[in-house]
Amino acid sequence: MRGLLLAALCALLWGSAASEEGRKSGYLFMSPQTQAMQDDEATGPAALWLLEGEALFDRGCARCHTAAGMKGVAARYPALHKGALLNLEQRINACRVEQQKAPALAYESRELLALASFIGRQSRGLPIAVAPVEPHLEAGRATFHRRQGQLNLSCAQCHDQRWGRKLAGSTIPQGHPTGYPLYRLEWQAVGSLQRRLRNCLTGMRAESYPFGARELVELELYLMMRASGMPLETPAVRP
Amino acid sequence: MARVVVRVPAQAKRGEVIEIRTLAAHPMETGFRRTQLGELIPRDIVRSLVCTYNGVEVFRAELHPAIAANPLIVFTTVATESGTLELHWSGDNGYAATHSAQISVV
Repeated sequence: MRGLLLAALCALLWGSAASEEGRKSGYLFMSPQTQAMQDDEATGPAALWLLEGEALFDRGCARCHTAAGMKGVAARYPALHKGALLNLEQRINACRVEQQKAPALAYESRELLALASFIGRQSRGLPIAVAPVEPHLEAGRATFHRRQGQLNLSCAQCHDQRWGRKLAGSTIPQGHPTGYPLYRLEWQAVGSLQRRLRNCLTGMRAESYPFGARELVELELYLMMRASGMPLETPAVRP
Repeated sequence: MARVVVRVPAQAKRGEVIEIRTLAAHPMETGFRRTQLGELIPRDIVRSLVCTYNGVEVFRAELHPAIAANPLIVFTTVATESGTLELHWSGDNGYAATHSAQISVV
């Protein structure tokens, strides 16, 4: 009886959370038409950003880096750089400022998204492998599970406990950041994971953190950790 | 910004139906949306795409508002002879883009 209770409690605690094997990329929740857009790499909408990213990379980054050398990089971010937790976009900017002595690119600017898409593309298919940087990971985990906003919702309530069910007309995905930066049909453009997180926060009627906020990067780290081992799809397409 | 992306098979058999895939970078602003201050955002769309095959028009598309940004247009034609496919997009605010692709027909 006690064993049964314990098992029931465990199931209650863990059963609803997406288990290692049961994890699904947002790709699997999309319509076949949207999946075809992502699979069509040559003329999919993200191709425009990839081409621009390649041109920008060749113009600046290629003085030190090669595209082949960028393989696996995107799968490791957010990561520590000089003691600070940076996501890929911030790391690109750090490199621009420190090495190229160029001004940082604005968040969500075409150039930054193009570069992040191109660098992310080099890791396509590779498993996500971020390092568990504490205390940031724990802070991200706490943000994920904290109820926020006027609707008093936490990320976990939808993406751990209610994925697969409907929110208005769309299926709630598990919230794995496997394809960022990605082309979102709603945006009609490529956008970053932070843009998506801010959207979600607005949907919960919570006050969004500004772009580049520590809380968002920590949440990114937790989400990447949660998706550890899942193949990167950058640049993906989502509805 | 790469303005257009075009995929044409480099080689085809005579009489074969070939697929031409085109993607143009464009916001396709409908002209029906308003800013937060209530001002109408002027329309800015691609109006037409014309494809000529060795100077002969083989495809023409007229685009309208409500077509999504970065329109992908896929069409087919028959490979008749080696030569050049020329694509020409034109639109509001003087938007114009051209792309030519070579095809060899065996």
